[in-house]
Amino acid sequence: MDMNSFSPMMPTSPLSMINQVKFEDEPDLKDLFITVDEPESHVTTIETFITYRIITKTSRGEFDSSEFEVRRRYQDFLWLKGKLEEAHPTLIIPPLPEKFIVKGMVERFNDDFIETRRKALQKFLNRIADHPTLTFNEDFKVFLTAQAWELSSHKKQGPGLLSRMGQTVRAVALSMRGVKSRPEEFMEMNNFIEIFSQKINLIDKISQRIYKEEREYSDEMKEYGPIHVLWSASEEDLVDSLRGVARCLDQCCKATEKRMSGLSEALLPAVHEYVLYSEMVMGVMKRRDQIQAELDSKVEALTYKKADTDLLIEEIGKLEDKVECANNALKADWERWKHNMQNDIKSAFTDMAEENIHYYEQCLATWESFLASQTDLHMEETSEDKPESH
Amino acid sequence: MEQAPRDPERQLQPAPLEPLGHPDAGLQAAMTENNFWLKKIEINVSEAEKRTGRNAMNMQETYTAYLIETRSVEHTDGQSVLTDSLWRRYSEFELLRNYLLVYYPHIVVPPLPEKRAEFVWHKLSADNMDPDFVERRRIGLENFLLRVASHPILCRDKIFYLFLTQEGNWKETVNETGFQLKADSRLKALNATFRVKNPDKRFTELKHYSDELQSVISHLLRVRARVADRLYGVYKVHGNYGRVFSEWSAIEKEMGDGLQSAGHHMDVYASSIDDILEDEEHYADQLKEYLFYAEALRAVCRKHELMQYDLEMAAQDLASKKQQCEELATGTVRTFSLKGMTTKLFGQETPEQREARIKVLEEQISEGEQQLKSKNLEGREFVKNAWADIERFKEQKNRDLKEALISYAVMQISMCKKGIQVWTNAKECFSKM
Repeated sequence: MDMNSFSPMMPTSPLSMINQVKFEDEPDLKDLFITVDEPESHVTTIETFITYRIITKTSRGEFDSSEFEVRRRYQDFLWLKGKLEEAHPTLIIPPLPEKFIVKGMVERFNDDFIETRRKALQKFLNRIADHPTLTFNEDFKVFLTAQAWELSSHKKQGPGLLSRMGQTVRAVALSMRGVKSRPEEFMEMNNFIEIFSQKINLIDKISQRIYKEEREYSDEMKEYGPIHVLWSASEEDLVDSLRGVARCLDQCCKATEKRMSGLSEALLPAVHEYVLYSEMVMGVMKRRDQIQAELDSKVEALTYKKADTDLLIEEIGKLEDKVECANNALKADWERWKHNMQNDIKSAFTDMAEENIHYYEQCLATWESFLASQTDLHMEETSEDKPESH
Repeated sequence: MEQAPRDPERQLQPAPLEPLGHPDAGLQAAMTENNFWLKKIEINVSEAEKRTGRNAMNMQETYTAYLIETRSVEHTDGQSVLTDSLWRRYSEFELLRNYLLVYYPHIVVPPLPEKRAEFVWHKLSADNMDPDFVERRRIGLENFLLRVASHPILCRDKIFYLFLTQEGNWKETVNETGFQLKADSRLKALNATFRVKNPDKRFTELKHYSDELQSVISHLLRVRARVADRLYGVYKVHGNYGRVFSEWSAIEKEMGDGLQSAGHHMDVYASSIDDILEDEEHYADQLKEYLFYAEALRAVCRKHELMQYDLEMAAQDLASKKQQCEELATGTVRTFSLKGMTTKLFGQETPEQREARIKVLEEQISEGEQQLKSKNLEGREFVKNAWADIERFKEQKNRDLKEALISYAVMQISMCKKGIQVWTNAKECFSKM
């Protein structure tokens, strides 16, 4: 994998590229670049759905080529996520964007919704690519490279629907028993994620609300400037001042629009991803608890000598290994996830602060230049007149 | 110099006045009592107090009274001495203004601050007892008094002087002038506006201008109120970050401090909007004054139309009398008259009767010609004086509005600087997380 011959120029926005690079553990060794774009609507007799174009560029040996282009729909992403969860039950799989929009919109697929989803899907795939374990998952590779028919046939392999249902039933039954002996560190993890989930949800709501208020402010501002121009039509002597104010207000309005778009580019998607992430993590914790519950129930069975002890002891041995594996995997991934979370949150809020600083700087500049123009004229006009009274 | 109206009793004895520039808050008007030294007067509406009393129908009511303090300032050393101090309520200000409107119809009389809060945005209450509203009204009333005191003609009015100096009995004194009776009826004025044939074009234009001014300032104030509302929303929602960050920081080790202090800055940001919008209210009040000035302009125009219509009617009446006279003298009947009809029906009148009638008409014509002459003179005087005051008003308006716009820019600049500071601090906290 010779990095020097690799050119990572992809058709994505600079901001998202930077964000992708930040999330890696080892930035210098990134060898898999994925973009999701070109949403296309497909209409069949049964349904309407959207596919996205996925371009993968890689220098990895195990890939047959260095560039791949495929089309996938949301269902395919769901399938991939399911396979990853199956293969790695105690790793923190990145979240997918929501299936449906919560607040009812008339059109299921309007442009904003599709664009938000597209960005989130791209983030999803890149997160997997950056994960030290998940990036080598076979299903992931198939997802990125297989043509449509290949993917369909690949999907049909693996445990059938019934067995998957069976697993779910057992899992639910086990979780009902509660976790008797959750180790200390996982107790802490659980407490953390519960509170974190609450707070990030609130922050998500607050951030969405800010966007909405800024939008309404911007709408009102659009009307504010023009009134001053209208007024200047009936005031000979105040034309300069009124038009000057109008210009400033229009500039400030534009600056607000820019601030809003910055918010929707960086802060809103980042915070929302962590809302979904926190749900994923809670799911992972449950699965770990379930694995431990399996062990605990066998151990309990042993003490009450409910079944063949030799068989039980063998099963317990296997389960103890399974639990240890799961716990270690989770511990490592947890640290990684927390570290990324801190960076992502820090970066999102720093961006927001910068957007606001930039907004106020722009507004300041426009008003200061208006003031300068006015006070120059003002002093000329009133030099004969009254004394200074400020 | 504008001429004072003819009633010397209403004018204070002092010599002609030097007009000053526009009044700044708490500053002076010049009133020369004799030519040796300038005695300046300071007028402050310094306090507002809630009071209860009984109204005209003997029902209990709550109202606000305002303390008016007048000081005379010795020119040489700038020391001021309190000369008068009394309490007035809003209705007394209204009475004063209505009086001035009747006796100085050629003057653009300064308007009073609004009686009820209008163009309010969400957070402000429309309650007259609200302390912020009372405070702004106090400033508005002070501004009104300063405007009157610095007007070359109005400042010399006796009733105005008594308003500042005589607490008891002032209302009776005003009412004794009988100004309410002298006021033109609204109906008369409306009639004149529709029927006048030849008003001075400048007044017609001025009327249009004042309509436009009123319309555009109303619109501006409405939008400003909505913008203020939205801005309030943006700032206040950020305050919610403060609380959540603080709660979140409890579970974070490395991020904790950064989150906590960033949250504090979000609180600062959210609470900064209150002062910002309070300042903006003062700006809105400056615009409102000129919104109300539009009505004062229209009042002057109405008076002109009324006088002009009166003149036209008098001229018309004179012309018809002259014609009647001519017809009687020559015996030709060109116009319909009741006398003519009855003559036809009941027979001709005698030459003596005709002579008598001609005599009466000739007397009336002579009187009419005198009246027309004096009305003409009055009309021309009015136009001259009114237009002089209007020019004065225009210059005042241009100065004041320009300054208001500049002060608005200054407010915006201050808001931006605060914003930059808060977000720079917040950014630092975020980057330390």
